[in-house]
Amino acid sequence: MKVPRLILTARPSPAALLCRASSVVSRRFYSSHPPNARLNLPIDYTSTPILAHHAQTALGNPELPDEVRNGPTQRMNLFQAINDALSTALSEDERVMIFGEDVAFGGVFRCTMKLAETFGSDRVFNTPLCEQGIMGFAIGVAAEGMRPVAEIQFADYVYPAFDQLVNEAAKFRYRDGSCGRSVGGLTVRMPCGGVGHGALYHSQSPEALFTHIPGLRVVMPRSPIQAKGLLLSAIRSNDPVVFMEPKILYRAAVEQVPVGPYVLPLSKAEIMRSGKDVTIVSYGQPLYNCWAAIEKAEKDLGITVELIDLRTVYPWDKETVFTSVQKTGRCIVVHESMVNAGIGAEVAASIQEDEKTFIRMEAPVQRVAGWSTHTGLMYERFNMPDVARIYDSIKKAVTEY
Amino acid sequence: MRRAFSRIPAAQPRSLLPRRFSSSLSQRPNSQHVSFPGAVKSDFTNSLQFVHPAKIAALPTYRTIDQEGVAVDADFVPDLTDAEVEKLYRDMLFTSLMDLTMFDAQRQGRVSFYMVSAGEEAVCVGSASALKQEDVVFCQYREQGVFKQRGFTTKEFMSQLFANKNDPGKGRNMPVHYGSKKLNIHSISSPLATQLPQASGAAYALKMQRRQNPSLPPRVVAAYFGEGAASEGDFHAALNIAATRGCPVIFICRNNGYAISTPTLEQYRGDGIASRGIGYGIDTIRVDGNDFWAVRAATLRAREIALQDGGKPVLIEAMTYRVSHHSTSDDSFAYRAKVEVEDWKRRDNPIGRLRKWMENKGIWSEEKEQQARLAIKREILVAFKEAEREKKPEIRQMFEDVYEEMTPDLIAQMQKLREIIDKYPEEYDVAEFDGGKSSLEKR
Repeated sequence: MKVPRLILTARPSPAALLCRASSVVSRRFYSSHPPNARLNLPIDYTSTPILAHHAQTALGNPELPDEVRNGPTQRMNLFQAINDALSTALSEDERVMIFGEDVAFGGVFRCTMKLAETFGSDRVFNTPLCEQGIMGFAIGVAAEGMRPVAEIQFADYVYPAFDQLVNEAAKFRYRDGSCGRSVGGLTVRMPCGGVGHGALYHSQSPEALFTHIPGLRVVMPRSPIQAKGLLLSAIRSNDPVVFMEPKILYRAAVEQVPVGPYVLPLSKAEIMRSGKDVTIVSYGQPLYNCWAAIEKAEKDLGITVELIDLRTVYPWDKETVFTSVQKTGRCIVVHESMVNAGIGAEVAASIQEDEKTFIRMEAPVQRVAGWSTHTGLMYERFNMPDVARIYDSIKKAVTEY
Repeated sequence: MRRAFSRIPAAQPRSLLPRRFSSSLSQRPNSQHVSFPGAVKSDFTNSLQFVHPAKIAALPTYRTIDQEGVAVDADFVPDLTDAEVEKLYRDMLFTSLMDLTMFDAQRQGRVSFYMVSAGEEAVCVGSASALKQEDVVFCQYREQGVFKQRGFTTKEFMSQLFANKNDPGKGRNMPVHYGSKKLNIHSISSPLATQLPQASGAAYALKMQRRQNPSLPPRVVAAYFGEGAASEGDFHAALNIAATRGCPVIFICRNNGYAISTPTLEQYRGDGIASRGIGYGIDTIRVDGNDFWAVRAATLRAREIALQDGGKPVLIEAMTYRVSHHSTSDDSFAYRAKVEVEDWKRRDNPIGRLRKWMENKGIWSEEKEQQARLAIKREILVAFKEAEREKKPEIRQMFEDVYEEMTPDLIAQMQKLREIIDKYPEEYDVAEFDGGKSSLEKR
């Protein structure tokens, strides 16, 4: 991960940006891989089948509306797809406005590039450096019927806004009762997740903190196509949405993205590959590691693994997960954030609580997640759920039980 | 929050840091003032001197009439008809009498909680009377007078306090957490000061809506809060963002001397709340909060200012005294002398002062006072009894409105609750709720 400001000053062409993106992982300064590694190889985003490298793959998605499936695509990385979604939202609805720290010049991750110039500084603007203010302001804007998209520069800095999110945004509709007001127009975007060298305060994934709060929807996309469709859904949704963007994918994940506007459903998981022996449930960037681990495990062990992307981590799609686990009898949950009280805990508990699923279980649910520590600068490679750890879990699931 | 991220790759050359595009200022040779981008109008001084707040005189407190109801502002001309003044006086009287009734009702265990606004009636009614009905209001919780002035009915007050099926909050909020869509007052929430940055945002929304549709009337937002709440980070957030984004919002601080038991000396050491407004670049005034006319005049002027220059915030600090206990859960004589309170009650209270002004003008009398008090008390008691008799809302309402639509989880949980009530009917009293347990069916 290169610092976005470096990119800004250098002002590279879009082609150069993509070039830089593909080199991000292999040139990471603080993380590399051992010479004889077979599992923990860098993710090759240029070839992973998770991303749509061809227009026809992108347009083959049955969730897309017909007019979009018959339209063109454009190669975009994740930040460009976010930018495209924001631009679409601003042009289709004048109630939409975008604000946060440093968004006016394009944002420190370039997600809001050219939006202020195109849509005016009334609708795309900088706020003072104050997260509780950004969130409170956004709630007020939404309470009067507008559709604000607020940005928190890093998910690590959302905590000052926690009171506003938990006590105000999440409860606004409930406490207003038959007065009928809500802050459903509110979307909060925040970059999250490990980036190789973000250390304590540029690596966090606090999604589990938000999944404990009724009233909020919590979404994390895995790719540019998803980012665009889910973000447009979030903005159009009449519930407040916390939209978490894995920042390591901003420039690394590049794919053909349909040009027309489209939405992808919230609270609906997606089965990315089907299998019959193990179910892996994950979301966001770790899906790439899961995919790599599955390919190795399937070859080595002669099994098939079903991979599910939750997409919305709360309220989450239990039905899709239960149906899959009833078929495979084995489940692994993978996420970056700490294992304690994380999404894995919720998925595992729900599985054992659901009678029909519980009686089909042939192995304990495993959780491959960050350890219950902080993201120390030099230890990230040992902390993230990597390919080796996911591979080992699959192996354990099918060979030890 | 600090952002260290831009410095993470140690090898990054400094010259690659972004240039500042938003300002082309530079320090000219021999200049008499500073041209740093952060403070462009500051003259240089050659004497080393700190600004000592104690050496700056306290901001004055504006008043129109004195404690005897006699006009002291020579330019003061009442801008209301006698009937209008009388109506507003009755609004103040109403909140005061409702307070007495409900405080006792809580003591008898008939409502779970109550907060009176004694001593602060003029701040609420006076300021609210200066707003337009289409202006949007955010309250803290001691603003019954605002609701009353804007037309909240006795039945609406009582429905909320008793959390019955007519309560728009559907029995979800503690007593005194009123809200009204019709009157453009957002529902009150307990966390202090959270409404302040929301008010800034709402004001920005109103400004944008008018810009997008010029046929809309110009509107402002009024946000009420106490001096204790002003210590919260959200107060800082609200004033700063309102100033930088040019939001037409009037911040109205009720400085009543206490935040529960904490006196202002332990709340702040500056010149009250008003002095802070200046620091944020906000037009600010301090008024005598026991003077109805001063509050009204200041708010009228504040509304004009708030709509100038495309919108800007204004701060009003209204000085009052919290005559009552903080709430029904508080005995304030544990931290202040009874005699101090009695002094305020007797010597200067907002209702008495406006009454004296009206009597001086010959439009009010002891007889009218007695009649008004009797009529208001009767009206409150009738509504009280009706509200107390009403059913509580459907139990189902505990699951609704969490999201726009109930999630599968919530529907399943609602059915589980129904099953448990069916299984253990002796353990749950559902009779007082509208529809009993039947509302817990999936619809």
